[in-house]
Amino acid sequence: MSEANQSAKEFESAASRTETVAAFEDHRRGVLGRLQHLLHVNPSFVPLIVLVGAILIFGLLLGSKFFSPFAMTLILQQVQIVGIVAAAQSLIILTAGIDLSVGAIMVFSSVIMGQFSFRYGIPVPIAVMCGLAVGTLIGALNGWLVSRVKLPPFIVTLGMWQIVLATNFLYSANETIRSQDIEANAPFLQFFGTKFSIGGATFTVGVIFMLALIFVLAYALKHTAWGRHVYAVGDDPEAAELSGVNVHRTLMSVYMLSGLICAFAGWALIGRIGSVSPTSGQLANIESITAVVIGGISLFGGRGSILGSLFGALIVGVFTLGLRLLGADAQWTFLLIGLLIIAAVAVDQWIRKVSG
Amino acid sequence: MSGTTPVVQGRGIVKRYGHVTAIDHSDFELRQGEILAVIGDNGAGKSSIVKAICGATIPDEGEILIEGKKVNFNSPIDARNMGIEIVYQQLAMSPALSIADNMFMGREIRKKGFMGKYMRQLDRPAMEKFAREKLTELGLMTVQSINQAIETLSGGQRQGVAVARAAAFATKFIIMDEPTAALGVKESRKVLELIQDVRARGIPIILISHNMPHVFEVADRIHVHRLGNRLCTIDPKDYTMSDAVAFMTGAKEPPKEGTA
Repeated sequence: MSEANQSAKEFESAASRTETVAAFEDHRRGVLGRLQHLLHVNPSFVPLIVLVGAILIFGLLLGSKFFSPFAMTLILQQVQIVGIVAAAQSLIILTAGIDLSVGAIMVFSSVIMGQFSFRYGIPVPIAVMCGLAVGTLIGALNGWLVSRVKLPPFIVTLGMWQIVLATNFLYSANETIRSQDIEANAPFLQFFGTKFSIGGATFTVGVIFMLALIFVLAYALKHTAWGRHVYAVGDDPEAAELSGVNVHRTLMSVYMLSGLICAFAGWALIGRIGSVSPTSGQLANIESITAVVIGGISLFGGRGSILGSLFGALIVGVFTLGLRLLGADAQWTFLLIGLLIIAAVAVDQWIRKVSG
Repeated sequence: MSGTTPVVQGRGIVKRYGHVTAIDHSDFELRQGEILAVIGDNGAGKSSIVKAICGATIPDEGEILIEGKKVNFNSPIDARNMGIEIVYQQLAMSPALSIADNMFMGREIRKKGFMGKYMRQLDRPAMEKFAREKLTELGLMTVQSINQAIETLSGGQRQGVAVARAAAFATKFIIMDEPTAALGVKESRKVLELIQDVRARGIPIILISHNMPHVFEVADRIHVHRLGNRLCTIDPKDYTMSDAVAFMTGAKEPPKEGTA
């Protein structure tokens, strides 16, 4: 084994040549490198630039028709549902999951709130609480299947989407509760639709709720241990577990919170459309994922900011309204959104190269 | 055996997986202030016995005493709460999070008063200050910023942060499972220096390694594991690397008294 001794000596001599191993080498160069670093630190920067740019361009093209408090707040009202659901979707995607059942949970929760009030005559606030509880429970079921049974989130929520949607149609007997009936007998169900004006700007409770929700979640994700654990679990669950993070508890909290937020979205949906309809909100899945992806949250988990999702939802809202006011075919909106999705993921890949 | 109580003492530990006996009535001893290397061929059970000590597996028989007191760990978290830290080969860090976030992962400090108690806000300045101090103590503050993401560090720097994290929170001892296996020659060197720095602070270390030059460089004693049992414990000053390998593989009879 003198060979081992020999190689040991070679190690020594090779190693003793360099003394500061931990010295930082700045391998990023030039403007592009700086930009890459900036985006790596602030992933919601890109959607913010796109949002501001889109508002400016439409403002220049359309003038005061677009650039008014009324139009601006109209956009907020139009994106409130997608914004709330996108907040739930963001949490799940940060843990490297995906939730295809968000839309179904939202609709089913709103149906529970409506039917419990009208079919059984339960006091409206209690019916609302039942709806919120059911949303949380479905979220818990998703979380348990993902965390304990170790099924892929895509499959779990694909199945849950079908199950919840079918239950929704079976339970509601495909029956819509009319807006006038709700207004007359259970106005609390439309609480999120309550409007108030400041100047020419019109806000609804739903809009305020969306903004408050995003800011509270942004705070929790950045400044609490729970938030750091969400990122760590999405980044590398095994490493998180070894560092002493309770991965199961973190995942359960994320899926349950997501279910609860979707149920709130269901309540807001009643405020937005006035009625309780089991067929509404069918696009919430795709729209929420679109907002999250355009918002710069990585589908691989652990990267991105929930503010980005708000920007993502607003970008879609600005494009939709702006192009409509320009008189363009609605298909142009979808075309542009499609381009944005692909561009956003390409940027994400580029940012992630910093770790390569 | 010296006069002081050993930090860890394992007596007659047995662990079976079905028909396979991974640990067969093995003893184990870690003394105050030493680096104990654990070597053994693949499948000899050296990982199993260390896992039994840190609560990652629960032994079927035998007892483990830490500083003379019997312990029953149910998970590595129990061990961690007693001041036992583990450094893994595969770098147990969250790459996208910062150095400070990673050092405090799972044991974050919250602010005092209303913001901490009700808003559950993290005390970042305190965590950053502590992390910076610990890295400086071990001569690792050549990193640019404590808020730098782990993924912007080299493999050696990452392992340096892992060692600093372990050294910062270990009050009893540190287990290092192949800490240099994933690293290049230069980076291994730095980590070996760190290991010696940590010992100089009086924290004993269990070092599991395949790398004989590394083992012979830093270890005070070497625990040779063979066929699920402690074959012997040798002093690296009395034996050569080829002797150690011969004991490990069974090519040579171990010394009779078996203690160093």
